[in-house]
Amino acid sequence: MAEVRGMSRDVALSLLGDMLLYRRFEEEVETAYKIGKIGGFCHVHIGQEGIAAGAIKPLRGRDLVISAYREHTQALAKGMAPRAVMAELFGRVDGCCGGRGGSMHLFDVDKGFMGGHGIVGGQIPLGAGLAWAIKYRGGDQICLCFLGDAAVNQGAFLEALNMSAVWRLPVIYVVENNGYGMGTAFSRVSVTEMEERSGACGVPAHTVNGQDVQATYEFFAGLAEDVRDGAGPQFVNAVTYRFRGHSMSDPVSGTYRAKEEVDRQVVEQDPIAILRDRLFEAGLMGQDDLEELDAQVRAVVQDALDFAEESPRPDAGTLYDHAYAEVNEHGRLFLDGRGS
Amino acid sequence: MSASERKSTEMTYREALNAAMVQEMERDDAVFLMGEEVAEYDGAYKVSRGMLARFGDRRVVDSPISELGFAGLCVGAAMTGLRPICEFMTFNFSILALDQVINSAAKMAYMTNGQINVPIVFRGPTGAALQLAAQHSQACETYYVHAPGVKLVTPATPADAKGLLAAAVRDDDPVAVMEGELLYNVKGEVPDDEYVIPLGVADLKRSGGDVSIVTHGKMVHVALQAAGKLAREGIEADVLDLRSVRPLDVQAILETAARTNRVVYVEEGWPFAGVGAQIVALVQEEAFDDLDAPVLRVTQADVPMPYAKNLEALAKPGADRVVAACKRALYAGEEA
Ligand SMILES: Cc1ncc(C[n+]2csc(CCOP(=O)(O)OP(=O)(O)O)c2C)c(N)n1
Ligand SMILES: [Mg+2]
Repeated sequence: MAEVRGMSRDVALSLLGDMLLYRRFEEEVETAYKIGKIGGFCHVHIGQEGIAAGAIKPLRGRDLVISAYREHTQALAKGMAPRAVMAELFGRVDGCCGGRGGSMHLFDVDKGFMGGHGIVGGQIPLGAGLAWAIKYRGGDQICLCFLGDAAVNQGAFLEALNMSAVWRLPVIYVVENNGYGMGTAFSRVSVTEMEERSGACGVPAHTVNGQDVQATYEFFAGLAEDVRDGAGPQFVNAVTYRFRGHSMSDPVSGTYRAKEEVDRQVVEQDPIAILRDRLFEAGLMGQDDLEELDAQVRAVVQDALDFAEESPRPDAGTLYDHAYAEVNEHGRLFLDGRGS
Repeated sequence: MSASERKSTEMTYREALNAAMVQEMERDDAVFLMGEEVAEYDGAYKVSRGMLARFGDRRVVDSPISELGFAGLCVGAAMTGLRPICEFMTFNFSILALDQVINSAAKMAYMTNGQINVPIVFRGPTGAALQLAAQHSQACETYYVHAPGVKLVTPATPADAKGLLAAAVRDDDPVAVMEGELLYNVKGEVPDDEYVIPLGVADLKRSGGDVSIVTHGKMVHVALQAAGKLAREGIEADVLDLRSVRPLDVQAILETAARTNRVVYVEEGWPFAGVGAQIVALVQEEAFDDLDAPVLRVTQADVPMPYAKNLEALAKPGADRVVAACKRALYAGEEA
């Protein structure tokens, strides 16, 4: 059987296709942002695609994923349609949240993607809660909770990990350790290493190279099953690098990291290039195959853009919809003299 | 010395805040600045530009993303007499720190029978910018003024930014200084000298006489815009900028109410228990006989902020809604 580093050609090729889709998707998001189709804060995942594919693809459909605001590609990885994600970024009615959420708040309950959270660290206790609910109901799912390296400095991180350990919750906390929170290197706000942060709560720590999607995939495939079998909460330090600025309004490099550092990472640590080269070397893919794959994913992204462009803006009459799940026939919920 | 006689320089609101912090840090070593990205990155909104180079990392300190932690640390330092300026990247994130703001800072002087006071400034932008969606677009004034023990100022112009921030640093109580992301680039003349505006003094930003638009913070600009539109229809509005929400310049509010007999409050926050609710209560209690119409409010729609551009525009309190409310107060023309 055709293999690359112990992984079948089919799995490797599909991971490459996934990452390529994420890359092209985010590149078009950047373009759309620059021409004003997308607004607000927008954080792309370029450079970190290996973790989205490697950590999420081994999951089962009913497993749950929760994340922060750099989550476009994770949403795609969990099975959300590129059309629904792009339309949400455009603020259109066919977006996954009807245009109400935007870039930082992507959700799709049917796909098990539980957001899209904008307050650093806010999703960590929520992830514990999702896992708690799984255990409470006696389900066999697990929860994958993504966070950034800077988020481990929020008190909520310690509180959530401790509770997860005390109640042996089926949750994997995945730090996308890109080395920086905005313009602050992790080493400037922590005297311990990332792997040391979970031990005090009794949550085992693991480190994986997030730029090596094969290693990441194999690792998560094993860990997800362990957690499903009752191994309790886990903490994964997935080492990666952000190729772009913190958000669309921030510079790629500056006083906090040199341009040379970024350039070197982009050349040497691109998760897509790393897998591509391995496939080339193993003779499992040629330049033509790559170009065909790229053309396929570009078509998917173009379709998403066209769909988003054509989708209408939300109707003005829906402004008050969903502020509450239950309307009340006795008292007045909205006190601004406009909403009924 | 009146404002027109003093030497002044045109600068942005951002630069004026910077000037106030530099002014206060030059004169008092007890003042230091702490927050996320305030030092090496010059501030997420560049308000602290150059301050690390000027004062060094003893006094301009980058914190981890630990709002509850660094706000609490600043309150603790203030308990010993230091005068921290605690910057929140935006006040949305200060919700994580509210325990230390309310349970520690606000109550300390009272609980300790005056043994300990907390001379701290909490500052940063509040309210919405553009399409930042639900978690990043909220006016946080009510959270702060609801608790006795905290003061709150909301500068709308560069000169007020410098004068009010300086006063906040010198004040012996916790003072929240709520700025606006969309105000940082606003330009205006700012006095060069040591400029301090006492807390609790409102400013009549426009004198009209037909109707009073009372407001604070960024909404001052919306109110002035609305007043311009009303003027084209022959209606002259007072625009009273509270500048300081607590302490509240009750006298100035009652004066404009007595002059026009009609009051409209404009604010960026939600209506329920908002600043405007307090103003309405005050005016009807203390100036009932002056009123010719109910006191009205124009607020953010009573929903979390939607991302979509068109829904966001509907949700924000805009000049047209202020115009409509003023006309309603004047019983002139269409409904608000
Ligand atoms: C509580 C809170 N504080 C501050 C911010 C502003 N902010 C947004 S992202 C960010 C940096 C987070 O870095 P990290 O967790 O490493 O994630 P990354 O952006 O690198 O993916 C900051 C400070 C916020 N959104 N929430
Ligand atoms: Mg990071």
